[in-house]
Amino acid sequence: MKITEQEVRHIASLARLRLSDDEVEKLGEELGQIKEFVETLNEVDVSSVDATAYILDKQNVLREDELKPSFDRELILKNAPAKEAGCISVPKVVE
Amino acid sequence: MYEKYTMHEIANKIKEKEVSIKEVLEDVYARIDEVEPKVEAFVSLTREYAYNRAEELQKKLDAGEDIGALGGVPVAIKDNMCMKDTNTTCSSKMLENFVSPYDATVVKKLEQAGAIIIGKTNMDEFAMGSSTATSAFKNTKNPWNLECVPGGSSGGSAAAVASNMGYASLGSDTGGSIRQPAAYCGLVGLKPTYGLVSRFGLVAFGSSLDQIGPFTKNVYDSALMMNVLAGHDEMDTTSVEYTVPDYTKSVGDDVKGLKVGVPTSFFKEGLPEESLQIFNNSVEVLKKLGCEIVEVNLDYAKYALPTYYIIATAEASSNLARYDGIKYGYRAKDFEDLQDIYAKSRTEGFGEEVKRRIMLGTYVLSSGYYDAYYKRAGQVRSLIVNDFKKAFETVDVIALPTTTGAAFKFGEKQSNPIEMYLEDIFTVPVNVAGVPAISIQGGLDKNNMPIGLQFIANNFEEEKLFKVASAYENATDFHKAQANI
Repeated sequence: MKITEQEVRHIASLARLRLSDDEVEKLGEELGQIKEFVETLNEVDVSSVDATAYILDKQNVLREDELKPSFDRELILKNAPAKEAGCISVPKVVE
Repeated sequence: MYEKYTMHEIANKIKEKEVSIKEVLEDVYARIDEVEPKVEAFVSLTREYAYNRAEELQKKLDAGEDIGALGGVPVAIKDNMCMKDTNTTCSSKMLENFVSPYDATVVKKLEQAGAIIIGKTNMDEFAMGSSTATSAFKNTKNPWNLECVPGGSSGGSAAAVASNMGYASLGSDTGGSIRQPAAYCGLVGLKPTYGLVSRFGLVAFGSSLDQIGPFTKNVYDSALMMNVLAGHDEMDTTSVEYTVPDYTKSVGDDVKGLKVGVPTSFFKEGLPEESLQIFNNSVEVLKKLGCEIVEVNLDYAKYALPTYYIIATAEASSNLARYDGIKYGYRAKDFEDLQDIYAKSRTEGFGEEVKRRIMLGTYVLSSGYYDAYYKRAGQVRSLIVNDFKKAFETVDVIALPTTTGAAFKFGEKQSNPIEMYLEDIFTVPVNVAGVPAISIQGGLDKNNMPIGLQFIANNFEEEKLFKVASAYENATDFHKAQANI
């Protein structure tokens, strides 16, 4: 079943994606199909089953809180799309 | 000229000084100059780095030093693994100009073992696809038939080795992205146990599923690669502390009495007659080798694909949230404010399949749907994990086809997304359960295209995979067939 236009636009806004009207239409169709497909899981009785998020037994991995050398600032800034005075620059967010 | 040699053979020739490292490297780059225009397996080549390494390593060798198990051997890596000072693009416009500030752990390990990285291979964008055709840059062709896809998402890594552009390569496997292209290109492809190989420096897709593994031309080379790649890394919190054995020792072991499980009820439905026949022939080979064939049930394996598409897309939508046009990656040219940068950069930087999966992942995680989709998928995942646990109480390994058939042509399986997703039906249960699996050349179809045979073992039992896979390889000639290009 197709996902409604309103719902597609809502998800797109959560995912910070902009969609054209055609894309909304197409994705509504496709996501609807995929949704139907994944809903086959509803056949399975999971009432007494715990969810697995991770297949390994280990839990938290901790280390000593020690200072270690990190990356050089200039090296990391090389990949920044815009920079100024040793910082990544972005548009003003507070008026 | 040297392409008739396998990875360990060429390593030995270098060590014995029958050939120089530079000669081997020149030979590989000459091969790349010749066939790469047809195959298009690479996103970028690292010639300068490679020739410098060759010189360095040769000096060491000439001085009598040990240059490692892969000393001087040219290998390729998938373009989602960071290699310092080279581009790591994930075949996406989003990362087209990204320069890695550090080496992935697997890159360090390859270098420590003496390998020479010759280039970075094409892939489905952010590893999302089964044909390598979602790459933002180029379509990699299958060296066995240029009209066919090489498989995906590690299609470039598979096509490179299958056309002798490198002796081995690395791929990553989230739902079959090593095994399916290995099957389509007639290679050996291994998805190791989750946690066995460090993912530090691998661009994340589905973090509870992703593993790095090798493409090689034979089982021995796969085992040798795992000697190099496996092991704990403090930079990856999912990396397991595990004493790595010498995997090459299991190659060639006797398989008499080895219990091989066959989950007929899982794969029989929907498997074309020819593929079933080829698989049955493989089972006959195993019987002749003295393996005991046991029917096993994987009751929930049929739910692995929908489970996978919920978990993988949910994790992807979260992992790919970092591409916001701020710190690195593509930033849109015109924007009004911060929200505008985010949305425009992501909209312009990501391709269609990536957006589709981010949308699905965002949907299944969104308020009101979490329990119905993501939580339920996690619960079904537990049932699939148990399926395998139970099966491995009675059998040593499980055998099943890697794919439903041979490589498909460009443009096929594109009428709707699910058709392409069904490509992963036999590979995905392995990632969902975390267990290791290997795909080897199982046979050839009527068009002389390779068909993969997959073996699955319990966690950290890669040795059993190498044992049974090498026995099959020794008993058959399929792996000797090569792409004619």
